[in-house]
Amino acid sequence: MARHLLRAKDLVDSRYSEQLSVANMAAVAGLSRAEFSRQFKATFGETPHQYLLTRRLERAASLLRVTDWTITEVSLAVGARSVGSFTTSFHRIFGQTPSSYRAASPPASRMVRIPRCVAQAYARPQNRTFREDRRLGDP
Amino acid sequence: MIRIANAQFWVHDQDDALRFYTKMLGWEVRADVTMDAWNFRWLSVGPGGQDDVGLILMPIPGPPMLDPDSSAALAELVAKGAGGTLFLETNDCQASYDELSARGIQFNDPPARQPYGIDTSFRDPSGNNIRLTQVLDFDPNRSS
Repeated sequence: MARHLLRAKDLVDSRYSEQLSVANMAAVAGLSRAEFSRQFKATFGETPHQYLLTRRLERAASLLRVTDWTITEVSLAVGARSVGSFTTSFHRIFGQTPSSYRAASPPASRMVRIPRCVAQAYARPQNRTFREDRRLGDP
Repeated sequence: MIRIANAQFWVHDQDDALRFYTKMLGWEVRADVTMDAWNFRWLSVGPGGQDDVGLILMPIPGPPMLDPDSSAALAELVAKGAGGTLFLETNDCQASYDELSARGIQFNDPPARQPYGIDTSFRDPSGNNIRLTQVLDFDPNRSS
């Protein structure tokens, strides 16, 4: 397999959250954009743009399942240019909007595996007097 | 069989820590869920490709878990670098050093040859130490 194409693919896997474009991918492969796209498609069976887009959407779907971030925060985290374009692409690939995708999975707050010792420590209600002391002592 | 599931660092600011571990170190978010009733945020990150081990970025607790003096002391100790070390491995220490440097991570020292391999280290925003090692066949004579 052509090492220079793999380098471009690795770039997407590690930097998808940044403002990355097919031009950046072509640059690390050392090819013109047109030649790069042709070789990439011939080698991996999909265009570099498709790879970049689906990598971002795969990560976004994961974030929708495991975080309580807003759709906008998720779209920014995976390097989408705007929440509008993100929602459109997401719908095209997954057949539903990010919101409905999230609604179809159990809420992250119910699925998250917070160990019992942590829950016991943090969920213990605060003593009201203690809290007032803290406010007075450490504003 | 018993295996390591998650390790944990105390962090001063979870947003800062999240930015550092995802945007600079390039890791994935494993979970980020705020339990409003507990005033608690469970935040877990980890390297892509190693899905079964995570790093919990835990806020330094105040009352009722820790009294205010202890909480402040813990924050201070972590800032002094006494919070502990996370030991990472890489296939190519120099390449990782170059890539992470380009993303703005400031290393404590450049990659150095050691009997066990090549390694370097850096800190997260709270002061936690992270060691990054390329393991090589042991050679007592290898040194920088």
